[in-house]
Amino acid sequence: METAPKPGRDVPPKKDKLQTKRKKPRRYWEEETVPTRDGASPGPPCNKKNRELRPQRRKNAHILKKSRISKKPQVPKKPREWKNPESQRSLSGAQDPFPGPAPVSVEVVQKFCRIDKSRKLPRSKAKTRSRLEVAEAEEEETSIKAARSELLLAEEPGFLEGEDGEDTAKICQADIVEAVDIASAAKHFDLNLRQFGPYRLNYSRTGRHLAFGGRRGHVAALDWVTKKLMCEINVMEAVRDIRFLHSEALLAVAQNRWLHIYDNQGIELHCIRRCDRVTRLEFLPFHFLLATASETGFLTYLDVSVGKIVAALNARAGRLDVMSQNPYNAVIHLGHSNGTVSLWSPAMKEPLAKILCHRGGVRAVAVDSTGTYMATSGLDHQLKIFDLRGTYQPLSTRTLPHGAGHLAFSQRGLLVAGMGDVVNIWAGQGKASPPSLEQPYLTHRLSGPVHGLQFCPFEDVLGVGHSGGITSMLVPGAGEPNFDGLESNPYRSRKQRQEWEVKALLEKVPAELICLDPRALAKVDVISLEQGKKERIERLGYDPEAKSPFQPKPKQKGRSSTASLVKRKRKVMDEEHRDKVRQSLQQQQQQQQQQQQHKEVKAKSTGARPSALDRFVH
Amino acid sequence: MTANRLAESLLALSQQDELVDLPKDCLLSGSEDEGDNDGEREHQKLLEAISSLDGKNRRKLAERSEASLKVSEFNVSSEGSGEKLVLADLLEPVKTSSSLATVKKQLNRVKSKKTVELPLNKEEIERARTPLEQEIFNLLHKNKQPVADPLLTPVEKASLQAMSLEEAKMRRAELQRARALQSYYEAKARREKKIKSKKYHKVVKKGKAKKALKEFEQLQKVNPAAALEELEKIEKARMMERMSLKHQNSGKWAKSKAIMAKYDLEARQAMQEQLAKNKELTQKLQVASESEEEEGGTEEVEELLVPDVVNEVQMNADGPNPWMLRSCTSDTKEAATQEDPEQLPEPEAHEVSESEGEERPVAEEEILLREFEERRSLRKRSELSQDAEPARSQETKDSSSQEVLSELRVLAQKLKENDQSRKQKASSKGTIPQVQREEPAPEEEEPLLLQRPERVQTLEELEELGKECFQNKELPRPVLEGQQSERTPNNRPDAPKEKKKKEQMIDLQNLLTTQSPSVKSLAVPTIEELEDEEERNQRQMIKEAFAGDDVIRDFLKEKREAVEASKPKDVDLTLPGWGEWGGVGLKPSAKKRRRFLIKAPEGPPRKDKNLTNVIINEKRNIHTAAHQVRVLPYPFTHHWQFERTIQTPIGSTWNTQRAFQKLTTPKVVTKPGHIINPIKAEDVGYRSSSRSDLSVIQRNPKRITTRHKKQLKKSSVD
Repeated sequence: METAPKPGRDVPPKKDKLQTKRKKPRRYWEEETVPTRDGASPGPPCNKKNRELRPQRRKNAHILKKSRISKKPQVPKKPREWKNPESQRSLSGAQDPFPGPAPVSVEVVQKFCRIDKSRKLPRSKAKTRSRLEVAEAEEEETSIKAARSELLLAEEPGFLEGEDGEDTAKICQADIVEAVDIASAAKHFDLNLRQFGPYRLNYSRTGRHLAFGGRRGHVAALDWVTKKLMCEINVMEAVRDIRFLHSEALLAVAQNRWLHIYDNQGIELHCIRRCDRVTRLEFLPFHFLLATASETGFLTYLDVSVGKIVAALNARAGRLDVMSQNPYNAVIHLGHSNGTVSLWSPAMKEPLAKILCHRGGVRAVAVDSTGTYMATSGLDHQLKIFDLRGTYQPLSTRTLPHGAGHLAFSQRGLLVAGMGDVVNIWAGQGKASPPSLEQPYLTHRLSGPVHGLQFCPFEDVLGVGHSGGITSMLVPGAGEPNFDGLESNPYRSRKQRQEWEVKALLEKVPAELICLDPRALAKVDVISLEQGKKERIERLGYDPEAKSPFQPKPKQKGRSSTASLVKRKRKVMDEEHRDKVRQSLQQQQQQQQQQQQHKEVKAKSTGARPSALDRFVH
Repeated sequence: MTANRLAESLLALSQQDELVDLPKDCLLSGSEDEGDNDGEREHQKLLEAISSLDGKNRRKLAERSEASLKVSEFNVSSEGSGEKLVLADLLEPVKTSSSLATVKKQLNRVKSKKTVELPLNKEEIERARTPLEQEIFNLLHKNKQPVADPLLTPVEKASLQAMSLEEAKMRRAELQRARALQSYYEAKARREKKIKSKKYHKVVKKGKAKKALKEFEQLQKVNPAAALEELEKIEKARMMERMSLKHQNSGKWAKSKAIMAKYDLEARQAMQEQLAKNKELTQKLQVASESEEEEGGTEEVEELLVPDVVNEVQMNADGPNPWMLRSCTSDTKEAATQEDPEQLPEPEAHEVSESEGEERPVAEEEILLREFEERRSLRKRSELSQDAEPARSQETKDSSSQEVLSELRVLAQKLKENDQSRKQKASSKGTIPQVQREEPAPEEEEPLLLQRPERVQTLEELEELGKECFQNKELPRPVLEGQQSERTPNNRPDAPKEKKKKEQMIDLQNLLTTQSPSVKSLAVPTIEELEDEEERNQRQMIKEAFAGDDVIRDFLKEKREAVEASKPKDVDLTLPGWGEWGGVGLKPSAKKRRRFLIKAPEGPPRKDKNLTNVIINEKRNIHTAAHQVRVLPYPFTHHWQFERTIQTPIGSTWNTQRAFQKLTTPKVVTKPGHIINPIKAEDVGYRSSSRSDLSVIQRNPKRITTRHKKQLKKSSVD
């Protein structure tokens, strides 16, 4: 990541050129004021540019977290190697040893680039080309800025390392608690609630609050870091699932009959009778949608900002009790008893995709935070990890001794599976890699069979709801260490929360935009475009964009005779014709080559097969 | 559907073969009997027959290429002229004399004249005047007989109505097929009859005898009365044998053997065998149990005759697949040739006998084909082996033929009778089951393939089979272990070839049934800590529970339906009854349908084309499309270009604050409190936006010309 601060190494010269090329927008009041301003400002014009290139303080970086768990002493961070270029003009006349803007790592910049340059564009006009260049320059600039601000993500994820090939799975919670600091140790706790049956639990988006509901009606919400209880009630009805809505102030509880919504005082605000016999709940935070899966086989989307049911979709697959959301594109994944997982969006009446995952029914589904991997476990005792990037093929498969009943991904891609009264956690190589199922990262035994699992966001904590209550266990490296303070701030005050709520509501994404590829919006609707073109041509009676036929220019000195005009026309026509023929010939050749290759492959494959005539060869 | 088509095409192929083969045989025989001339003619005929097979030029004019001195009356042919040769034409003089012409004309006129027939009045017919007539009419009415003379009687009409057009067509087709089959069979029989090879006939007879014996056995069990009749026949054969003294070692061959017997062990044995045969044949059989003994005897004889190799093969290849059997026998044949070339002719012969003796209701066409091949190979082999040991083969031929002959005589007759009766049945009744029994060969192929998974050996075959299964709406069979999903990293990395294959299609079955390594976990769930046996039991139970559940088949079915539903539909614009007869049960002709069918353009390939375990919905999400750009802005000519410019997000969620501000700076910013002066004429020179131009024009009655603009510019510069 860190690159040697060589002047102008990573910043391509092209960028500078483009920057100079791109003019600052001229303001009408500036024309008069420019001379005066110039006189007033003492610094040279380059000064301003330099200041601009300084790393911007990122909005989310104002709170740093301390409680990271690691057995290894952390390497002290390298001192900042970049110095202020202003010192260049110090009074003493000393030279700046590192002139110019600080270099940025190309890989980091690449991470923020979104334009797919691999696709070759058709030949474009000069004007179009300039537009494209501007767009590319903009992208480069913004991605460099974003790469620079990476520096502000100061926190590093925790990790757990065994000594000399020691299996990390053998390290028990007590050891971890012993090793970490007091604040982190306090995050490991057990709630002994044997009376009200197996518990489901849910953390709020900020990771600060925890709500849990026992099957026998016990519902409670608490600030689990300070252990301050917000409310505790008994709804006198079986509780199937519990979920926080957009903030910790609202709680949705799927009770035996209907869906109820409580506030953080435990006061029932709503009873939604249109969602009955709900088994699982899922909240889509950016769309303000509460998705409910019911025993009757309906998947219902409830818009909690306006209280309207957006869509009620019949999955036509019997009882629904396996559900999870894809945090990347807000698609709901439902597991069915026929071994398939179906992907749903409120905009479509049919599933967006259906994947056959298991021979038996699907018991649990989980999707990781990047939307790349999906973990499923089925009645056939298998745990599979699927690639969701278009192929939907299993990347790895493992047979578990008892089969996993519950699955969950952490923010950093750790996978937890609850099997009976044991939880197993698997970790991958990095953040973007799937968890390798060969060796468990951690295991833990609980006092009862697992009923609910969730990793706490922004914390290295896994919450497990089981028949004996709630267990909060430490899983080093589970949570994202750096959080966006404006987006989900665990330390926010009430006022901040209210502010955030308003902004979030203003930025609410319409429900119909949920689709498999969220970047589809940045694409042109080609079908309507073509149709529009066709209609236009019909309306006008001709194609306005068609190439006009060649018209020879009139020439003088008798060279503009009809015969020569015709000759010239013919020449152009012939040239065009030749081009066409050339192209078609090339195509033919390519096709032939392909066919030949096919044949060769076939011949090879057939050659491998023992033929009946082989015995005559000897 | 496809199987049927396949069957038809196969049938057609075999028919063609037949047609081609038949004239060949004729040719062979003809060339032997008659001169070269005839041979040539027949060759011509053959060529024509072959060329007419494609159905285009049915009739070709015969032309005489060269004048020949000798005009033979046998060579006169009527073909080519397109009309029949009438004897009267030949008798007539070349030129007709004019004197007779008038007389002829008169004669013709007289001949053509007919007596005047007055049509009876219809009313008169229908009116019944006398009581007798009334009675007759009554009777006629009662029996629904026509009074007048209509084309069809009411009964006939009723019968016509009872049978629909389709049925009639079907029935006709059946009849046609039956006739065709019969003709093939007859042709085959004729050809077989012409075969001069004694050995062949011997073998055939032996096979028939065997079959007859079997039938007899069955008859005994099923129908004792008929069996008795059969027995009588056999008895009669025995009597004939006794009378003819066939096996008494009195024949020419026997006498020669008797001379040789002194020195040659084999000859002695042959003589003894013949005597034994004689005894056997002349023995009187009375009880049914004795017949069994006799059977045993014959079987022994057979075993003596049949070499071990063949028996082995028979034991091995008792499966239903004739092709398998063939390949097996050929293999063993090879082995035999390698072991000792002397025994070569015999196993072959027996093989033929086997194939003939099988005579199951398999497929006559199939057998025919096989037979041709065998005969060819036989001929070659015999040519080769003739030099090796001609005497011996001759000897064996003779002995065996003599032995079975008497037995066969009767049995063959019986068989012929059976055949004939069967043929008659086929031709007269022409029922469906009969027809089906006649030609099950092409249809049988597929089931055979499906039945024998061990035949499947290579990957391609497997894949093809898989496809077939797809078509047959059947579940793909469990496949070889090696063919595993490519993407699973825990696979054995052994077969690179297979991987290449897999890119094309991912096997569903493998995907779900791969044996994945189980997780070694330190903490095992407490329920699992029971004994291993219980675990195994549980697994067994799970396996059993899911055995019936066919998740894969259901999924494949669903996918197929989804694919069908998403395919663009063809538009059929045929108007039934337009330009042809219409009505109930009549369909517009295929040609017309083809002409008026607008085929939907094939859509882009499905995203899940190669993903067997996935169904991706290809429907367009109109809600999302409403938010997408649908008109290309000005300088862009292709949507890719425009897409590239809107790919970077400009929101503050994705950008740093500074970048966000920079990206979203408005083009025009007004400063509060700053005075914005109205546009003057001088400004227009700089900015030539249309709106300002308009305003200027409205304000100034004079039109601004380009010259004027230039002036303005100059002034502003100054």
